[in-house]
Amino acid sequence: MAEYSAFQLLKNAFNGNTGWKQAWRKPNPKPNYDVIIVGGGGHGLATAYYLAKEFGIKNVAVVEKGALGQGNVGRNTQAIRSNYLLPENQHFYELCMNMWEGLSQELNYNVMFSQRGVLNIAHHPAQLDQFARRGNAMRLNGIDADLYSRADVAKALPGIDMSQTARFPIYGGLMQKSAGVARHDAVAWGYARAADRLGVDLIENAEVLDFIKDGDSIIGVKTTRGEIHAPKVAIAVAGSTSEVMRRAGIDKMPIESHVLQAFVTESLKPIIHTVATYGGGHLYFSQTDKGSILFGGDIDGYNSWAQRGNLPVVEDVMSEMVTLFPGLARVRLLRSWGGIMDMSMDGSPIITKGPLPGMYLNCGWCYGGFKATPGSGLCFAHTIAKDEPHLKSAPFTLDRFARGYAIDDKGQGPTPKWH
Amino acid sequence: MRINCPHCGLRDVVEFTYACDANRQRPNLDVTDVSEWNAFVFDRINTRGEHKEFWQHNHGCRAHLIVVRNTVSHEILSVELAKQPLALATKTPRKRTAAK
Repeated sequence: MAEYSAFQLLKNAFNGNTGWKQAWRKPNPKPNYDVIIVGGGGHGLATAYYLAKEFGIKNVAVVEKGALGQGNVGRNTQAIRSNYLLPENQHFYELCMNMWEGLSQELNYNVMFSQRGVLNIAHHPAQLDQFARRGNAMRLNGIDADLYSRADVAKALPGIDMSQTARFPIYGGLMQKSAGVARHDAVAWGYARAADRLGVDLIENAEVLDFIKDGDSIIGVKTTRGEIHAPKVAIAVAGSTSEVMRRAGIDKMPIESHVLQAFVTESLKPIIHTVATYGGGHLYFSQTDKGSILFGGDIDGYNSWAQRGNLPVVEDVMSEMVTLFPGLARVRLLRSWGGIMDMSMDGSPIITKGPLPGMYLNCGWCYGGFKATPGSGLCFAHTIAKDEPHLKSAPFTLDRFARGYAIDDKGQGPTPKWH
Repeated sequence: MRINCPHCGLRDVVEFTYACDANRQRPNLDVTDVSEWNAFVFDRINTRGEHKEFWQHNHGCRAHLIVVRNTVSHEILSVELAKQPLALATKTPRKRTAAK
């Protein structure tokens, strides 16, 4: 096995980079596996990796309709944090945070995890009070949180408009220093390579057209590359959840698909040293290692399956960015794009056994799925291997809505566009 | 995206607010089966393709609209005023007890 290391790097520098192996195989699907995972994004690949690594289930296929990592794992704004209010979310996302800290070593792949902190900026006293409440809730559960004064915010974000004449003057903020960013593509590639090394078959360009059933039970999938059978079929397809579930005969899910846009500017000298969010509207931004400012805001607000958005949200997000950083008004935008979010009814994810026998479901990540990739993979793999939920994902079952145990961190009710 | 409001004509989407999926039918108020209410509150068809939905022209005539829109191409296929659903409108009104 060609491990990635400083020594290998040096060795390949002298042999014209001929020593590198293909990162993962391109196998043809076998007729039978122990587990099929539908969806070759971050969560599907992570699930395959942990199934093989932690639970010894190596006869696994990941089927992906296109190429690996081309969906939301390649489209997000790569923030990683666990600054939630509700204990269920705190415990789950803190598990993810702890996994991120050792992920590059674990996968032998540099995911460029950088704990540069996430700062929520408060623009009125009540908002700062609310942040203090959330910060206290985090600290009670062992997550780091610091309440920032105006001066602290000014120091953390030079270039920000700190004037009292700003439309929404800054009062302070809430900082989670252990939060940060990671290179999103590297996460997908790292998990793919690591899963492949453990014997998982990654089958690209295989769209699931239909499910093979024995009575009510799912026993396999019909794909564009033929039929594949397995006693356990796991689904991790994010924005496409409703459509894939329809192919399994389930017409309605507690999910709406919405489009979220993201933006990146031309490269600049380092000016933004943390991930930060604007509290006067909805905006989050960071600066990538290449120097581009990467930012995004609200979802467009209507059901959409198109991986592109409309201009009103573009205008809204730009105006928020310029309100905070008047000095960036003339910076040019390099790219903008959209991704399809699986917005759930309470803003929290679903990791569950069922709803059909032989089926396992991982969805409802709204627009916070990237940071959950390691924990989601581990908990979903646990659910698949043991047929019971992982301790940290037990609250996130599909039946929580019917039981009255929705986990609504924002307190918005069953209106997906507001989460 | 532009929506052709029956009162105001073709207007930009910024004037409108998306309300929700219009495929859902609220159960009658005398239904006591919790699963029916759960399904109404939480479950969505989430169509990939032609989707019937409520919008409001709240920066215009403020009318509530039923729009059929393709969720893949964002093409607007039809716009009409949201009226009370026929099933509710034709229901016999509750008898009022005369005030004494």
